[in-house]
Amino acid sequence: MASQGLARGRAGLATGIGLVLVLVATSLLSLVWTPYPPADIDIPSRLQGPSLAHWLGTDPFGRDVASMLIVGGRNSLAIALTAVFVGLVLGVGLGAAAAASGGWFSDVIMRLADFTFAFPALLSAILITAVLGPGAINAVLAIGIFNIPVFARVTRGAALQIWGRDYILAARAAGKGGLSITVEHVLPNVAGLLIVQASLQFALAILAEAGLSYLGFGTQPPNPSWGRMLNEAQTFMRAAPLLALFPGFAIAVSVLAFNLLGDGLRDLVDPKLARMR
Amino acid sequence: MRKAFIAFASFAILALSTAAVEAQHDTLTLAMTLEPAPGLDPTVGPAAAIREITYGNLFEGLARIDRNAEVKPALAESWTVSADGLIYTFKLRQGVRFHDGTEFDSADVKFSLERAMAPDSRNAQKWIFAPIARIETPDRYAVVVTLKRPAGNFLYGLGWGDAVIVAPETAAHNSTNPIGTGPFKFDRWVKGDRVELSRFDGYWRKDAVALRKVTFRFIPDAQAQISALLARDVDAVPLFAAPEAVAQFKTDKRFSVTVGATEGETILALNNRKPPFNDVRVRQALAHAIDRKAIIEGAMSGYGTPIGSHFSPGHPAYVDLTGRYPYDPAKAKALLAEAGYPNGLKATLRLPPPPYARRGGEIVAAQLSKVGIQVSIEPVEWAQWLDNVFQNKQFDMTIISHVEPMDIDKYAVDDYYFGYRNPHFKEVMSAIDRATDPAAQNRLYKEAQTLLAEDSVNVFLFQLPRITVANADVIGLWQNVPLPANDVTEVSWRK
Repeated sequence: MASQGLARGRAGLATGIGLVLVLVATSLLSLVWTPYPPADIDIPSRLQGPSLAHWLGTDPFGRDVASMLIVGGRNSLAIALTAVFVGLVLGVGLGAAAAASGGWFSDVIMRLADFTFAFPALLSAILITAVLGPGAINAVLAIGIFNIPVFARVTRGAALQIWGRDYILAARAAGKGGLSITVEHVLPNVAGLLIVQASLQFALAILAEAGLSYLGFGTQPPNPSWGRMLNEAQTFMRAAPLLALFPGFAIAVSVLAFNLLGDGLRDLVDPKLARMR
Repeated sequence: MRKAFIAFASFAILALSTAAVEAQHDTLTLAMTLEPAPGLDPTVGPAAAIREITYGNLFEGLARIDRNAEVKPALAESWTVSADGLIYTFKLRQGVRFHDGTEFDSADVKFSLERAMAPDSRNAQKWIFAPIARIETPDRYAVVVTLKRPAGNFLYGLGWGDAVIVAPETAAHNSTNPIGTGPFKFDRWVKGDRVELSRFDGYWRKDAVALRKVTFRFIPDAQAQISALLARDVDAVPLFAAPEAVAQFKTDKRFSVTVGATEGETILALNNRKPPFNDVRVRQALAHAIDRKAIIEGAMSGYGTPIGSHFSPGHPAYVDLTGRYPYDPAKAKALLAEAGYPNGLKATLRLPPPPYARRGGEIVAAQLSKVGIQVSIEPVEWAQWLDNVFQNKQFDMTIISHVEPMDIDKYAVDDYYFGYRNPHFKEVMSAIDRATDPAAQNRLYKEAQTLLAEDSVNVFLFQLPRITVANADVIGLWQNVPLPANDVTEVSWRK
C-alpha cells in the first residue's frame, strides 16, 4: 500500500516537475522569441481560428493568441514568483523570530497572522489594488502581503519543534545566540517544508493574479495576462469560444502543475505523512 | 394528504408564475452602462446618463424633441413667435401637476428659465438661455419670453433635457429627489445599482402611459449586460455595450435588435492647453497615426460611422472630412519630427468604463506606438473621469463620446476640458447663433467643422451607434436618439 501511494506520488511529482519546466521554458523563450509580438494589433486578421500562421488563432484585435498566452504566462509567473518571494522572506523572518523569542513578541506576530487570515485573501487583494491602483506591482504587493502570514505560521510551527531538540540545547550551551542558532540549525531544518509551502503558494498566487487581472486590477494592457484574456473573451463566447478556452486551460494547467509539484515534494520531505496515506 | 399538498403546491407555483408573467407586462427594466453622476438633476449636471433617465420620464420642458428629432409642444400647449423673431408667447397646458401634487403654472416657467440663465447657473447648456432678455407672465397660463436677438435654435433648445421646468420649492433637492411633471415619479435610487420610477397618477395624459413601473439598472460590464438579457433580468439595453454579441441576439427569436443613430461623436480628446498637444502639428500627426476603420472594426465589431470633425453624419450640414488626415504613419512621424519630437513622445490615455473607450484605447495605444508615441493606459471609473478629466482637466488624452446633439458649440466654450481656443471659431459660432435662415446656418456649420478639422483639435473617431437589444415583446422604444434619452412614455408590451 505504502509503496503504491509513494509511486503514485512520484508520478504526480514527475508530472508536476515536467509541466513546471515547460512553463518556465516557454516563459524564458518568450524573452527572446514569440511567434508574433504579443501586443501587435492587426485588425484585418481578427478572430481567426487556429492555423499554421496563428497556432491558436487571433483575438478581436487580431493579436496572436499563442504569443499572448506565452507572454501572459511569463507575466503570471513573474508576478507569482515575486509575490511568493516577498511573502517567503518576510514570513520566514517573522515566523523564525517569533519561534526564537517566544513570549509577547511571538503572540503579537501570531495574532497579526490570525488577523490577516480572517480576511479572504483574494477579496483583500482586490481591496488593496483598489486602494493602491491597478497594476502589476500593486498586484505583487497585494498577493505578497497575504503570503506573509502563511509562511510565518509554517515557519514558527516547524521551528518550535526544532527548538525543543537536544542539539539546540547543545548549541546554546556552547554559547550561541538566538540568531545564529536560527540561521545555522533551525532554518536548514525547516527549509524542505518551506519549499513545499512555496510551491503550493505559487499555485494560489497564479490563481490570484489571474483573478485580479480578470477584474482589471492586475497586469495592465498592452501587457497580456491570462486573466484579462479570459475577461475579454467572455462577450465572444458565441462568436469565438476558443478565445476563452485557451487562457482558462493555461490557468488550470499551471495551477495543477504547482499543486502536483508541492504535493510530490511534501511526500519526499515528509515521509511520515506519505506512509500514513 | 400528501398528494393534496403537492397538488396545492403546484397550483400555488402555477398561480405565482402566471402572476409573475402578468406583472411583467406593465413593468420595464432597462440597463444602462453608466450611472448618473453626481445627481439626478438634469438642469445642473453635464453627464448624459442623467437625462437618459429623466428626459421625458421624470421631467418635461415647454417643448419636447420627439423620436424623429422634431420639436413638439409639451408643457406649452402652443406658442407664437413675433415676426421679428424676438417675442415668444407660450400658452401653457392647464391641469398639469408636479409629482408632489402642486400645480404647474407660469411662475414655475419663469423660475426655471431664470434659474438656468443666472450667472451662477450650473446648467450644462447655457446657450439655450443666453438669448433671453426677459420673461413675463401676464397670467397663470401664459408666458412671454423676449429675446435680445433672434435665435433660430431657441425652441429646439427648450426641448432639451436641460431646459425642463422645475418647481421653485423642490428645485434644490432635484439631485437626490427629483420632482417634475413627467409621466413617472421618482421612487428611489440604490447607488451603484438602480433607479426606480413608478407611474405618476396625476399625469396630464395619463392614459397614454402603459407602464406602471420602470427600473434603470446600471451595468457597466458588457458581459454582464449579455447575461442580464439572457436571464431576463433586464428587458432592454438601449445602448448595448457589446456589439460583438449583436449577431448572437439577432438570431435569437426572444430578442429584437435595432441599430440606430445617436448624436455621439466619439473622439480621442487631446488636452490642447499643455505640451505637446498645444502644437497643431502634433495633433495633426496623431490624426494621421490613427486608423479609424481599424478602431471601428476592432472595438465596435464594425458598428459605427467614421467622422472627420465634431458633427453628426445625419445632419444636413454635415461635411465629410474623414479624408482630411488619411491614415499615414510616415506622415505622422514627419510631423512629429517637425514639431520637435523626432524620437517620439510619451503620453497617458485615461479611459472611462464604456467598452468603446476601453477597447478603442488599446487600439489607439497600439497605433500611436507605431509612430513613436508611447502611451500608458489608465482605466478610470466614471465618477473619477468626470472629476479628474472633465472638471479638473488632468489628462493628456482620453476617449469619450459627446452624445449631446449639435455640441460643436462646446469648442467655443472657454476652458472646456480639452482647452481649445480659436477666436475665429468663436465668431463663426456666434454668427450661427444670430443667423435665423437655416441655409445660412448650415453654411456656417460647415465652416465650423472644417475649422476643427484643420486645427485637428481632437482626433475624431466615429459616430456611436445606438444598438438596442430588447425583449421581442417590448414595443415603442426609440430606435434613434436625437438627444440623450430613454423616453419610455410610449413603451408597452405586446399583448
